[in-house]
Amino acid sequence: MRRYPLAALLGLTFTCAYFGAALLAPLIAPYGMAEVVGDSWEPSSAQFWLGTDSIGRDLLSRMIWGGRTTIFVAACATLLSFGLGSTLGFFAAVKGGWVDQALSRMVDLMMSIPSLISALVVLSVMPVTLPVLILVMGILDSTRVFRLARAVAVDVAVMDYVEAARLRGEKQGWIIFREILPNALSPLVAEMGLRFIFAVLFISTLSFLGLGVQPPLADWGGIVKENKEGIVYGIPAALIPAFAIATLAISVNLVADWVLNRTSSLKGGRGA
Amino acid sequence: MAHPVVTLVAQRLALGLLLLWAASVLIFVGTQILPGDVAQSILGQSATPETLANLREQLGLNEPALSRYFGWLAGVVQGDLGTALSNGEPIAPALGKRLANTLFLASCAAVIAVPLAVLLGLVSVRYRNRWPDKLISTVTLATISVPEFLVGYIAVYFLSVQFRVFPSLAAVYDGMAFGERLYAISLPVIVLVLAVLGHMMRMTRAAILNVMQSAYIETAELKGLRPFLIIARHALPNAVAPVVNVVMINLAYLVVGVVVVEVVFVYPGMGQYLVDHVAKRDVPVVQACGLVFAGVYIGLNLIADLVSILANPRLRHPK
Amino acid sequence: MPKDTLPSALLDIRNLKIGATAYPPGEAPKEVTLVHGVSLTVEKGKVLGLIGESGAGKSTIGLSSMAYGRGGVRITGGEVFVNGRDILQSGPGGLRALRGKEVTYVAQSAAAAFNPAKPLMEQVIETTLATGMARAEAEARAVDLFRQLGLPNPETIGKRFPHQVSGGQLQRVMTAMALCPKPDLVVFDEPTTALDVTTQIEVLAAIKRAIRETGVAALYITHDLAVVAQVADHIMVLRHGRMVEYGTCAQIIETPRQDYTRALVSVRSIDHAEKPAGSAPVLSVQNISARYKGTNFDVLKNVQVDLPAGQTLAVVGESGSGKSTLARVITGLLPATQGRITFNGRTLSPDLAGRTRDDLRELQMIYQMADVAMNPRQTVETIIGRPLEFYFGLRGAAKRQRVQDLLDQIEMGRGYADRYPAELSGGQKQRVCIARALAAQPKLIICDEVTSALDPLVADGILKLLLNLQAEAGVAYLFITHDLATVRAIADRIAVMYKGEVRRYGTKSDVLSPPYDDYTDLLLSSVPEMRLGWLEEVLAHRRMVGAGN
Repeated sequence: MRRYPLAALLGLTFTCAYFGAALLAPLIAPYGMAEVVGDSWEPSSAQFWLGTDSIGRDLLSRMIWGGRTTIFVAACATLLSFGLGSTLGFFAAVKGGWVDQALSRMVDLMMSIPSLISALVVLSVMPVTLPVLILVMGILDSTRVFRLARAVAVDVAVMDYVEAARLRGEKQGWIIFREILPNALSPLVAEMGLRFIFAVLFISTLSFLGLGVQPPLADWGGIVKENKEGIVYGIPAALIPAFAIATLAISVNLVADWVLNRTSSLKGGRGA
Repeated sequence: MAHPVVTLVAQRLALGLLLLWAASVLIFVGTQILPGDVAQSILGQSATPETLANLREQLGLNEPALSRYFGWLAGVVQGDLGTALSNGEPIAPALGKRLANTLFLASCAAVIAVPLAVLLGLVSVRYRNRWPDKLISTVTLATISVPEFLVGYIAVYFLSVQFRVFPSLAAVYDGMAFGERLYAISLPVIVLVLAVLGHMMRMTRAAILNVMQSAYIETAELKGLRPFLIIARHALPNAVAPVVNVVMINLAYLVVGVVVVEVVFVYPGMGQYLVDHVAKRDVPVVQACGLVFAGVYIGLNLIADLVSILANPRLRHPK
Repeated sequence: MPKDTLPSALLDIRNLKIGATAYPPGEAPKEVTLVHGVSLTVEKGKVLGLIGESGAGKSTIGLSSMAYGRGGVRITGGEVFVNGRDILQSGPGGLRALRGKEVTYVAQSAAAAFNPAKPLMEQVIETTLATGMARAEAEARAVDLFRQLGLPNPETIGKRFPHQVSGGQLQRVMTAMALCPKPDLVVFDEPTTALDVTTQIEVLAAIKRAIRETGVAALYITHDLAVVAQVADHIMVLRHGRMVEYGTCAQIIETPRQDYTRALVSVRSIDHAEKPAGSAPVLSVQNISARYKGTNFDVLKNVQVDLPAGQTLAVVGESGSGKSTLARVITGLLPATQGRITFNGRTLSPDLAGRTRDDLRELQMIYQMADVAMNPRQTVETIIGRPLEFYFGLRGAAKRQRVQDLLDQIEMGRGYADRYPAELSGGQKQRVCIARALAAQPKLIICDEVTSALDPLVADGILKLLLNLQAEAGVAYLFITHDLATVRAIADRIAVMYKGEVRRYGTKSDVLSPPYDDYTDLLLSSVPEMRLGWLEEVLAHRRMVGAGN
């Protein structure tokens, strides 16, 4: 039996590489984040592997530091959206009645406005700082997690084995954590990967629009913005971070697919 | 008693209006009641107590939130979106022109993307699990994972810088000929099409596949009908509703994609307008834009709902 | 039959082999063989019954007579002749001329097999029009067929949409659709399986009459030998994709040669003597009425039944009779709006929250679908062990020992404790559910259609196990079922339910002997019996009674 399909292996390698670089940025980045070390838009050389940016900072170092910011913000937002969305989603599914109605209608309402528009509206009055960004993205995105978690939990909650546990007299805690959760987990884990990608794209888009991470702090969307003028002169510096975003998104996607396939076979905890 | 379809449609329309109203509340709450002082954030660190007080007065921040909301809503209903803080001009005329530009851009993209996505979806289903399907699915997966601005800059880099086929900036102005206008926006249209095509095609494929796997299609095959008749008589009438649904949901994606694309190509539309004024912290403009975007989004979803009601034989021909 | 002669029969299948690709989750796809070389013939105007349990390959063989494979199923070897022509070699054009014209198909679920967006008449005459018949003529023929099949309003029913017509009627419309283009052969694929028993007999009679009057040949596929015995001239018994036995209908039913056929013929002939009605009731349901939230009619109306300790009360009825609702009321999932339930001499709280732990422990439940009655992420040991831990505080080695004892009791033996439900067969799953109920040492087990989803031989094993356990442990059963053969096999008392009411209640011998009320009479006489000519007898009897009134 093949343990790791090629696509998953590829995805896993890239994902680990990006996360590793983000964690170890202070050790592996050749120059400081905002250190001006050369002329603007120098081509790639032995000294500057990816060349320099619009004001002469080493692009490789900016990329590594920027990846750290992007991945950190996206990961925090994902954890927040996940924690909030799945807790409330499970709560709504198990409680039912007016609690479910109130939460579900609230989420419908939040989803009736595209999340980028909502974020822009809120950011027009809030100070644009990392905690605010994480909070805004996390809360807006938790609506999608809520819907999924609720749907999965409702599906599982009507199963006869949950009814059997209730007839046995089990407490709410056992029913949620022992009967429902283990069976609702695998779609949620895969969803976590998708939410993370979404958060990466979201923060990059905001930064690209100038409304996300503020300079001099580097992040991938911001690097695109800083170097976009170069494009018309044929300088591809802005394409590099955009390419990094795309490869990160695709590799996390591949890993999430693999996790879903692996855990959705119902042979219990042994894995297949 | 009224026909159930009439009742349902009326219900959905009422629900859409209710949702739009609730969205207006949400937008208002988001800009006016959230912690953080609007006046303070507009003026920044340099604010003195006097300028702050003046601005508060000017914004009407001293009135209670509820009366400010109803004042705003009353204006909106009459087509008065207020005045911009940054230049003191009324918002509605400026916004109207930009909305027209955005709708032009979005409809050009939709005119290309919708038939293309449905066609690719059909091809994928026809050659399911063979190479055309796999190729289409791989390419669309890639376009889904790539941010719109990357697609935008790749397009600029190759199509306008390296090969000089299309202009890199989508400059449009009043009195431009239709053909020129189309040429000017060709790059943003390409990017928008790529941005929505992936989702739309994948969902179309899933919707058609779902219909093709139903038992009544097997019945049609066992009747010895030609493939064309099977699709035209038995698959199509049942696939219309899900496909229209998919298309509408994805046109709603288009509404969001347009914001980024307009910034990339410096196109004078709603998205650019919104982003500029968010940076300027011009709250009345942001509110107005937010409401218009929400309205378009809710409207598209409403159409999707209505189509599925109208296409459902169970509702059209009740027992 | 020698291989080289030209086939004279209408349908002649020779050494048919059928395979498919299976995709087990997490493993590489693999090739599986579904049918291992089956040969059969159908003469003009004759009916061949194909019978077998699930996985026997009977539907797959039936569809091969139209050169059709469902899903990824492929015909990998052999020849299929229809009217002397090898249809496996005839190409797409030849197949289009065959399907829907020479050979037609009636599916198990007509509700899914009709296009929901088109009126019935359009679909019924679709292939007839393609053969060149004028529309008016085709419609007249369809209306004739509707009338022949006993459909109400034959002139106008064609204007209706599939969802506007009941399941039993749809099945007859589908039969009309199959007969309309005057085919030589019709494949009936379990056409009455999804229907209630009183509807089944009407559809069966209509199909039989239509076959006789049109002189068409048929392949009749079913898992129910008693049904096929009413319509077939010959019967072929299949198992695991191989032929077990072939013969005339009379020979198969009356003098089966193979053990497997004998087992199928004698299925559900468990002999269970009724226990004397002496003991005090463990459960007493008094004047119970119930309704679901948000509805305005009672799904149970003044239900009153008693169940003596250590005995079996069978609650029998068709879909919508309220029998499963009764179970929900007794377990406390749906509190009654009126009436009282006493259990073990105590009055039970109407809703679950108000019941004591002993009430819960002594009243256990077993479900129809064993797959979804067990948490797929728990092992057999956890599933059976949880009630031991929860009610008796058993842990560690003591719990493991008791789990093993229970597994022995349900005749499963060693090596199952560490398995997950997905690794068990259907019968084994239901046994584990029984063990879980037994672990609580209950006084009463509610069995909700526990054998309906199982193949007949497996179901027999489960019923025998339940009877043995009752003899050993003295547990009482409330047995909910739609199947009267099961009722005969295990009940001491019977309650017949119809539209939320108990129509007839008493000891088995009383309920099953005349004089009957109208509904019980209809129900009892509709259950197919495993003998030739049963259908004609019942119909003749009903006509006589109808004429007498």
